[in-house]
Amino acid sequence: MKINKCKEKIIFSLIGYFEIIVFSLLCIIPMILVLSGSFTSEISIHMDGYSLWPKEFSVDAYRVVFAVPDKIVKAYTVTGLLTVFGTLLGLFVCAMTAYALQRPQFKYRNFFALYFFFTTLFSGGLVPWYILIVKYLHMKNSYLALLFPPLIAVFDIIVMRSFMKTVPRALAESAKIDGAGEFRIFIQIFLPLSKPALATVGLFIALRYWNDWYNAMLFIDKTTMYPLQFYLYIMLTSMLQAANSAQGAGITFKVYPSETFKLAMTVVATGPILLLYPFVQKYFVRGLTMGAVKG
Amino acid sequence: MHLIKDICRDFKENKVLLAMLAPAIIFFFVFNYVPMAGIIIAFKKFDYMAGIFKSPWAGLDNFKFFFMSGQAWIVTRNTVLYNIAFILVNSTLQITLAIFLTEVGSKFFRKITQSAMLLPYFISWVVVGAFVYNIFNYEFGVLNTFFKSIGMEPADVMGNVGSWKYILIFFNAWNCVGYGTIIYLAAITGIDKQLYEAADIDGANIFQQVFTITLPSIKPTYIILLLLSIGQIFRGNFSEFYQLVGNNGMLFDATDVIDTFVFRSLMQSKEFGMAAAVGLYQSVLCFAILMISNYVIKRIDSDYALF
Repeated sequence: MKINKCKEKIIFSLIGYFEIIVFSLLCIIPMILVLSGSFTSEISIHMDGYSLWPKEFSVDAYRVVFAVPDKIVKAYTVTGLLTVFGTLLGLFVCAMTAYALQRPQFKYRNFFALYFFFTTLFSGGLVPWYILIVKYLHMKNSYLALLFPPLIAVFDIIVMRSFMKTVPRALAESAKIDGAGEFRIFIQIFLPLSKPALATVGLFIALRYWNDWYNAMLFIDKTTMYPLQFYLYIMLTSMLQAANSAQGAGITFKVYPSETFKLAMTVVATGPILLLYPFVQKYFVRGLTMGAVKG
Repeated sequence: MHLIKDICRDFKENKVLLAMLAPAIIFFFVFNYVPMAGIIIAFKKFDYMAGIFKSPWAGLDNFKFFFMSGQAWIVTRNTVLYNIAFILVNSTLQITLAIFLTEVGSKFFRKITQSAMLLPYFISWVVVGAFVYNIFNYEFGVLNTFFKSIGMEPADVMGNVGSWKYILIFFNAWNCVGYGTIIYLAAITGIDKQLYEAADIDGANIFQQVFTITLPSIKPTYIILLLLSIGQIFRGNFSEFYQLVGNNGMLFDATDVIDTFVFRSLMQSKEFGMAAAVGLYQSVLCFAILMISNYVIKRIDSDYALF
């Protein structure tokens, strides 16, 4: 019987290792292909196609991307500023909301929780929302149209509230007896104790801003206002612009790096996320786990 | 009278908390509740210049137009079938990966692989669109390079209607399996270790332990996630379908979902009324199916219901 159990354990482990390794590889291979392709010379791609490692190393594609740097710098600035301001503002509003919703003596907390939650069950749809923003709030070609939609999500409030519920109630009560108001209790007691939740929800919000292209597609026509991901999308779909920009800068190539340009653009637009990923990953995992367990 | 007095008193007592809630209340009122009132556009012959209230009524014409066009059935079917495939594939992968990740390998191995699996969640769909092009494009794509190197004919994957369902299902799993795996991992970590020890002493092998302890223990998590995804079953993943498939009309029969259809009706053909009607149709279906499935779960076991 002991031997039997061992055999089953081995079979189980083999299947386990196989699935985990295959899936992990599938997750990173597309990224390696793009990275390697972006450093391959255009001729080599035309001759042999792509490979996991560049056959003929070249940085031509990156020279085109940075030939006229102002556009990409501008797109980076737009996205960077939106991400920073949006995350700070969204985080503050989210934390305040979550704080009020978890105060046990607040009589209407369930009513307001339902008020927020109901918006995830039913929505007016794209059209009324679009018309509201464009026709009635006049936010077409305004950064406000990029700032507001990703600002607050109900899921963030739920994660934040579940975390704040774990802050010992006695802390708030004793501060209250000492004469502290609700806002002061929130700022001086709950915010410092909620750092892990703030990091996680901040990450959720920052990711929404960084990866947003949808709102730009709906609301922004001016090329100088494009955020990074939408600029990337435009570059991927229209090669003409890229070719023009390189010619304008007076760079000539034997073979114009049209294929590798797309890949280099992708790398440039994704780079910061990949560099930050190892540092932010653990907060993300922690936050998901909090939200899932106490949901 | 008493009621108003009570509310006034409560308001006074809680004025700081209410003030703290105010930004979010206003935000959701403006961006979520006001558009709900805007669904009357679905019953209007919407004239952009005249605005919502001055546009003439159209009765049910917008809905008639949508259902008569033949598109209604196609986009609804695609949306639901793709979502069912996503739910089945993703949850199977998430649960099995979470179980294996708790049982197999060193801490280092688990950390590395888990990081690799979660990474796609951070990547935008625009970039995934670039991946798909990079791998599958006919002339220089990775796949055709490989086919040529082993002497096979190159395949026109992106122009082939049949291959898109696999690409879309694969990249959907690629994007969100890592995320879900973490949720299940958390649920598994919460299981009492003594259960496994007892089972071990009783001679249960690892497969029996998984089927009799792990799976029943994560059932609540599974059912909550399932309910949440059923509530979204009539919502297509717009970003994925739009970025991966693009605007290739040849593929619409197999790849058009309600959300991409609404988007095109709004942005390209400017059929505001019809697009709003489809949006309303979608919202009502979502709401109805969530209520029904929550009711059914509640009848079976009220612990598992969402509300």
